Amino acid sequence: MATVTFDNATRQYPGNPKPSVDKLNIEIADGEFLVLVGPSGCGKSTSLRMLAGLEEVNGGRILIGDRDVTNLSPKDRDVAMVFQNYALYPHMSVADNMGFALKIAGVDKAEIRKRVEEAAKILDLTPYLDRKPKALSGGQRQRVAMGRAIVRSPQVFLMDEPLSNLDAKLRVQTRTQIASLQRRLGVTTVYVTHDQVEAMTMGDRVAVLKDGILQQCDSPRRMYDHPANVFVAGFIGSPAMNLMDVPVTDGGVDLHGHTVPVAREDLTNAGKHVTLGVRPEDLELSSDTSGIPVTVDVVEELGADAYIYGTAEQKLLEATGENAGDVPFIARVDGRRPPEKGEKIYLKPKPGHVHVFNAESGLRIGD
Amino acid sequence: MTADTSTVRSRGRARSDDPEKSLRANPAKILIGIVGMVVIVWFLANLFLAFGYHPEWFGNKIVIAILAIIGGVGGAALLFFFLNMFIEGLPSRLSQGAIPYAFILPGLFFVGLMLIYPTFQTINYSFANADSTAYVGLANYKTIFGDPEFWQSILNNVLWLLIVPAVVVAFGVIVAVLSDKLSANGEKASKSLIFLPMAISFVGATAIWGLVYAYNNPGQTQTGLLNAIWTAFGGQPQTWLQIETAKLNSILLMVILIWLQVGFAMVLLSSAIKGVPEDTIEAARIDGAGEFQIFWQVVIPQIKGTIITVFVTVFILVLKVFDIVYVSTNGAYNTNVIANLFFNKLFAASQAGQATAIVVVLLIAVIPLIWYQIKHFRDEEANR
Repeated sequence: MATVTFDNATRQYPGNPKPSVDKLNIEIADGEFLVLVGPSGCGKSTSLRMLAGLEEVNGGRILIGDRDVTNLSPKDRDVAMVFQNYALYPHMSVADNMGFALKIAGVDKAEIRKRVEEAAKILDLTPYLDRKPKALSGGQRQRVAMGRAIVRSPQVFLMDEPLSNLDAKLRVQTRTQIASLQRRLGVTTVYVTHDQVEAMTMGDRVAVLKDGILQQCDSPRRMYDHPANVFVAGFIGSPAMNLMDVPVTDGGVDLHGHTVPVAREDLTNAGKHVTLGVRPEDLELSSDTSGIPVTVDVVEELGADAYIYGTAEQKLLEATGENAGDVPFIARVDGRRPPEKGEKIYLKPKPGHVHVFNAESGLRIGD
Repeated sequence: MTADTSTVRSRGRARSDDPEKSLRANPAKILIGIVGMVVIVWFLANLFLAFGYHPEWFGNKIVIAILAIIGGVGGAALLFFFLNMFIEGLPSRLSQGAIPYAFILPGLFFVGLMLIYPTFQTINYSFANADSTAYVGLANYKTIFGDPEFWQSILNNVLWLLIVPAVVVAFGVIVAVLSDKLSANGEKASKSLIFLPMAISFVGATAIWGLVYAYNNPGQTQTGLLNAIWTAFGGQPQTWLQIETAKLNSILLMVILIWLQVGFAMVLLSSAIKGVPEDTIEAARIDGAGEFQIFWQVVIPQIKGTIITVFVTVFILVLKVFDIVYVSTNGAYNTNVIANLFFNKLFAASQAGQATAIVVVLLIAVIPLIWYQIKHFRDEEANR
């Protein structure tokens, strides 16, 4: 078991003007479950492969424990990886797949068998040990890939979207299994996914990447409550946070006549308007016509709650009536009395549940 | 209104008629089918007889060739057209089952005519005398089994079989792996060069290598490449293809076939190697395997099917090896192989009985191999 440190780690593919991973700095504690998440092409898989030793590091360092592994070959790093397509050896039985690393390491046969059987028991694979991967279902193959990693008891587990080839139901089930298994084994784990729900539910901490640059690395709770910038705010959370440009007024920001208080000192450098973020569940219906006017397009009734999908006007300046265009808007309301489709409603954020971002840089303003 | 009801009625009638109609036989279709087939066969038979007996009707040979192609291809198409019509005219219960046979049987008939009949005729002749006019029992077999030349040929063939396919596969794998590591252009160029000999006929290749192995008297300029190199290092010029020590001459002839076949092996193996999923190799790398271990334990097992296919294909080719020996030594200096022995027995010595007996021995030797190949092929298909 060990810590993992990315120290300004950079990867630039030859012929590519921009680095795919740009000066990545993350410190992962011993036994921690860290999730790398981001849209496709953000460099999350590349970061993982750099840690695995499958991708060259062009700048900075990568450490496992106190050991600088930047230029070590994969076999000297003591890491185990679960691949997206599982990468099982098709010509070997399940047991041989799981024991391959030990066989290469020269562990004696009885010991290999013992450790494979232990891992198989944990993963419910005991009846399948003599089968070839071809004769297994997708979920079973996924577990074999997990087993192959577990058997080695490595210092670090690396998982590259291991659930993306499973169907929705199995994915949710396996998600919890992997998380609890990791807690039980206590092995430092780096997990890559593009699914923010996976990131939020599994990780001790989540690192959001975009265009090769780390946006924020925090606990899921903190990430949700205090997104560091507009990108993270929009990426984390489902349904996504509502973001709209609003004018700055005295003592806060103006939402069509309703003033949302924001500390004055936070707004001094913000300019005439800021980006306001409100999560769908942090909105309530206004009793009058102040607040954000939303035209309801679709109402999704989920029993206890209802989600309203509509469009809101972005009014930059109340005085001139300058309109910056409509933005999609989502709100969660009481499921018992939802508004009608086509109706115009007025929404106000609950006090203390707004996120304010600089309209230019997208960075968070205030706490 | 009236028009509407009438269309509805007629449509309804047509609908109710359809299933019965297709169940019943259609005598018109059957008749046209049979007449059509008879006319086509009659016409084609006359056309091709006319080619033979009255070529002057057609002017020159090119016209005959073109007409033969049109008549053959078009005639076959029309024949199948009328055959199909005939089958469709049958009651549906019959025609459903008969259609596949109608299309397979003519093909099977010709395969039988060209392959199976000659096979049995060959077996038959192997028990007959030199000009196949009387049965002589097992005399031919006794003769060939008592002939040292036959055993020499068998030994040579076994050596060819042991060495050539294995070396071809080994070189093919090596070339495929190494060229895979080159740049895209380097890979293309090197593969093209190695594949090039595939386009050369066996006779042509043997003539080329005849120049490599050529011998000139000591003191003269050595035009043979091998002797030129050999003398450059201070050796005396050698008559390479006459050196029987350690079967050197046979091995030198094998080199020709290896040179011809490595390209073929490389192409198949290279595509198989490219088909090995990259992530299994990466997984092995993370599992701690070195490059050699990855090659032997991850790559090779995954291309095993292709290796076997290439091996068996070359193996069968080697069984039939004839041209190389015929052109270079014609079996002299103990380089003879079964096919060349057969050829000489049949055409030079006019011993049809012994020649066919040799072929029958060869045939029996090949059967287990063919059986294995088919079984392997089926397993591959089943695993797909």
